[in-house]
Amino acid sequence: MTKKEVAIEINGNVFRREVEPRLLLSDFIRHEARLTGTHVGCEHGVCGACTVQLDGEPVRSCLLFAVQAGGHSLRTVEALATADGELHPLQQAFHETHALQCGFCTSGFLMTLEPFVRDVDPAELDDATIREALAGNLCRCTGYQNIVKAVRLATERIQG
Amino acid sequence: MKPPPFEYDDPSSVDETLGLLAEHGDAAKVLAGGQSLVPLLNFRLARPDRLVDINKVTELDYLTLENGSLRIGALVRQSRLERSEDAARAVPLLREAVRFVGHVQIRNRGTVGGSVAHADPAAELPVALAALGARFRVRSARGERTLAAEEMFVTHLTTALEPDELLTEIEVPVPAVGTGYAFVEFARRLGDFALGGAAVLIRVAGDGSCENASVALLAAGPTPVRASRAEELLLGRAFGDASARDAAQAAVADLQPTTDIHGSSEYRRDLIEALLRRALAKAGERAKEAT
Repeated sequence: MTKKEVAIEINGNVFRREVEPRLLLSDFIRHEARLTGTHVGCEHGVCGACTVQLDGEPVRSCLLFAVQAGGHSLRTVEALATADGELHPLQQAFHETHALQCGFCTSGFLMTLEPFVRDVDPAELDDATIREALAGNLCRCTGYQNIVKAVRLATERIQG
Repeated sequence: MKPPPFEYDDPSSVDETLGLLAEHGDAAKVLAGGQSLVPLLNFRLARPDRLVDINKVTELDYLTLENGSLRIGALVRQSRLERSEDAARAVPLLREAVRFVGHVQIRNRGTVGGSVAHADPAAELPVALAALGARFRVRSARGERTLAAEEMFVTHLTTALEPDELLTEIEVPVPAVGTGYAFVEFARRLGDFALGGAAVLIRVAGDGSCENASVALLAAGPTPVRASRAEELLLGRAFGDASARDAAQAAVADLQPTTDIHGSSEYRRDLIEALLRRALAKAGERAKEAT
């Protein structure tokens, strides 16, 4: 199959590679850009573990081809903490409320929820709204209760 | 769980896209948001020789309200339809329906045109569009044609689109002032495929009789099902619990939904009947509020 040249901006750095069109964006991120914080779970768009932000919006990176991401700006979980290792308030909230156990799904949750905790109207922040926001991400450890707590804590800190 | 190899084109105009589809015919498959097609590729249930990616065909990314119609370009993302205040004011049924489509990550990428072209009978947008009497504009290098929902949706995952044709626009007539609406569905978990559902538009006259009724059912058959028998039963009668009950019974009388691990055919039929009654009640309330 004819390979294509792509230049993909991830967390502010441009990665230029020649790839097969069928290479999934999730595999480009992990194997070409070597950013292994993005995890691959089901590879068919159900689990949400591979969620990244494309031009600021959460998308599933296993349902995009790398060749489609040229000219777009991607953010992965590696972009959340500061360069000197200070956690993003959402990460800090996950840490404090025990919103993860094995951690496999966590980067997907974080990339889904980061715009949500920034933009949600605090007056509308009830359990149903939070659970709807995280419905596209599966977690097999926590039972979600502590993730809901983390969302509340992070929203208070970011918007409060 | 990796897609099979394919050749890839990313045209930047409709004409270029139509040229590629004319050249490659059956061997090519159109890629829009990819939220249904890419899982099929990853499972290797689909193995097209070539993908024609229309994500750069930005001329199809428009959402306009003019002359009593909402015109939705085929590349409009579901999230854009969900956020559009213009669309929500003109055709509120669409916002109520699109919120049930997958999850936020899916809607950020999935397109309205893709939902139609994929033609899953459990998909929300085709059912809402069928109830609304939407028209589907289709183009090929040979020309252009416009299809109604009954013509567009042929059977499970199959539309009337020829291999060289591209769905370019969905035109939705804006319902008359005073029209009540409701989109109701049931899924085991939010965002999962629904086991059943209904889209309803109702207009009630000053004397309480129903002067317009449009009913479409989700996951009720191989295509979005227009419940014309139910519509006939509602029209002209006093709108209320009794007419809603009769209409819902009639709507499901001949249905044979598929039995699967999530529910038997009988269960799904009862479910759709109950959901339709709820949808009719909700639409009726809204119609009364609006007049």
